[in-house]
Amino acid sequence: MSTPENLAAYWKENLRLLAICLGIWFVVSYLFSILLVDVLNQIHIGGYPLGFWFAQQGSIYVYLVLIFYYAKKMDTLDRKYDVHED
Amino acid sequence: MDLQTLTLLVVGATFALYIAIALWARAATTGEFYVAGKGVHPVANGMATAADWMSAASFISMAGMISFKGYDASVYLMGWTGGYVLLALLLAPYLRKFGKFTVPEFIGERYYSRTARIVAVICLIVASITYVIGQMKGVGVAFSRFLEVDFATGVLVGMAIVFVYAVIGGMKGITYTQIAQYVVLIFAYTVPAIFISLQLTGNPLPQLGLGGSMSDGVHVLEKLDLVLQDLGFSKYTEQKGGTLNIFLLTLSLMIGTAGLPHVIIRFFTVPKVKDARSSAGWALVFIAILYTTAPAVGAMAMFNLVKTVQTEEVGSATANLVYEDRPSWFSNWEKTGLLGFEDKNGDGRIQYYNDKNQEFAAKAEQLGWKGNELTKIDNDIMVLANPEIAGLPNWVIALVAAGGIAAALSTAAGLLLAISSAISHDLLKGVFVPNISEKKELMAGRIAMAGAIVLAGYLGMNPPGFAAEVVALAFGLAASSIFPALMMGIFNKRINSSGAIWGMLSGLTVTVVYIFVFKGWFFVPGTNNLPNTPDNWLLGISPEAFGAVGALVNFMVAIAVSRVTKAPPDHIQHMVEDIRVPKGASAATEH
Repeated sequence: MSTPENLAAYWKENLRLLAICLGIWFVVSYLFSILLVDVLNQIHIGGYPLGFWFAQQGSIYVYLVLIFYYAKKMDTLDRKYDVHED
Repeated sequence: MDLQTLTLLVVGATFALYIAIALWARAATTGEFYVAGKGVHPVANGMATAADWMSAASFISMAGMISFKGYDASVYLMGWTGGYVLLALLLAPYLRKFGKFTVPEFIGERYYSRTARIVAVICLIVASITYVIGQMKGVGVAFSRFLEVDFATGVLVGMAIVFVYAVIGGMKGITYTQIAQYVVLIFAYTVPAIFISLQLTGNPLPQLGLGGSMSDGVHVLEKLDLVLQDLGFSKYTEQKGGTLNIFLLTLSLMIGTAGLPHVIIRFFTVPKVKDARSSAGWALVFIAILYTTAPAVGAMAMFNLVKTVQTEEVGSATANLVYEDRPSWFSNWEKTGLLGFEDKNGDGRIQYYNDKNQEFAAKAEQLGWKGNELTKIDNDIMVLANPEIAGLPNWVIALVAAGGIAAALSTAAGLLLAISSAISHDLLKGVFVPNISEKKELMAGRIAMAGAIVLAGYLGMNPPGFAAEVVALAFGLAASSIFPALMMGIFNKRINSSGAIWGMLSGLTVTVVYIFVFKGWFFVPGTNNLPNTPDNWLLGISPEAFGAVGALVNFMVAIAVSRVTKAPPDHIQHMVEDIRVPKGASAATEH
């Protein structure tokens, strides 16, 4: 199963997934929390201005979701291309 | 029971626990000494990584920085957590697949070069030792305060404790001890936060309490903005520093997090590649508990502090606290010299306001205020003083002391392990004495660790006055040297040994020079070429944030040099292809 073409396809899919995850990581940390913070602060959730919430709470929750999402997706990918352990 | 006795009891009990665990889990083989026999469960590993990662800076310092910087302190919150995304996605699974013990080992093999390995060892040792100095100093301060001994004795006690469980136990001992330390430190951090959140907002969850409202119906953050503005300070939730600097500092801390060797080494300890991916997630779960609580601690501590001093509305004659009536925590911290008061207008009351605000000056003069009278409030006292300010019971205060010490010790131990493996495994076995016996290697590792403890303890005892700068340098170093070399080693087959070596050296040099220009050469005061102020910084980039620029230089130099020199040999290219797939990982771990 682990032909060179197969491995190349696996790697390509991995890179695509990485691009998506790191894209979200960038948007949340650098766009929402830093560059666009003043704009988002016009909106409030409870007592939190939204930009401030992203910078001090939301981004951290998003990081968590991203890591577990990636781990789960890669697990599926490993099996699809038969490159998993055991 | 008085506070002193109670603190001694709590700290003593947690210590007995750590040492007992270290002795119980003594390492028998080289493999166990460094990486706990690669048999640590991802959740346990995550918890130990969290304890390893959260140092005195996270536990004692961070919330205080948030108190005084407000929104701008978000850089630490995001920087020190967002790096785990980079770790989990870009490094951890591949380094685990590679299946060796240390970071320089990977760099040495991937770039088929002893020089690359030695350069990596240098980066690692400098970054780690500078970081340990800060921890030793933190341990010393905590011990001297709670044992009521002088600072030097405090550091010595700390050195002895670290020595016992790091040197005897090795990684396995550290892993289990760090799990215990995590439990102690997270309990110590969250309990006072829950109490204070309840007091102010009626919500026991600090994360929700910070977004909640107070008894008068006004939101906590809104109220804090108003209270601070009334005293001439800028709004808590508003940005104060330059955007580019905030951007780069966040990036620098994130990349630094992913490049710090004592964190990376953790991901060598999980059973499978699959586990390396989720292990970083588990580490972040345990870190996030503290990091999402810290903003609430910072904001609420600031609110309580201001309310203690400014009891009523600004302008009312009796609104300012009478100095003679100050609470006991105030006078206790005054004794340490970290909190200072000067009655500038001689009215016997304390005025705390922003005397650098020109617009507020007229109002202050009209009120008869002659300058800010809280002449010194060290950011680092906020977390320790917080439970006292809020009037919480003594056992909570004792717990916070034990937690701070746990945070400093666990990080120091992890860093020492990274240093010891770099010296015994990478330098001795890898380069100078390849046929060293396992027993001798283990012994060399322990001697290196003991040596590093003595050196760090000595430097921590005689701090050259640069604790904060040292932490920044450690991150900048890791960001500009180690992270790019690791990432390109996995994602770019074309990077060869010259590219990697020149990349690491140039990234490192650019960062170090920029820091020294503003902070003084080798941190010797007065040797800086330019004053360390935003007007002199290149494009407003602070020395702390320059690691991100160094990393960029590293990437560019490595790619450029590799392009004009020969491609790596075939077997290296095959090796890179091999580490990109999890299959066959167990075979790769046989050493």
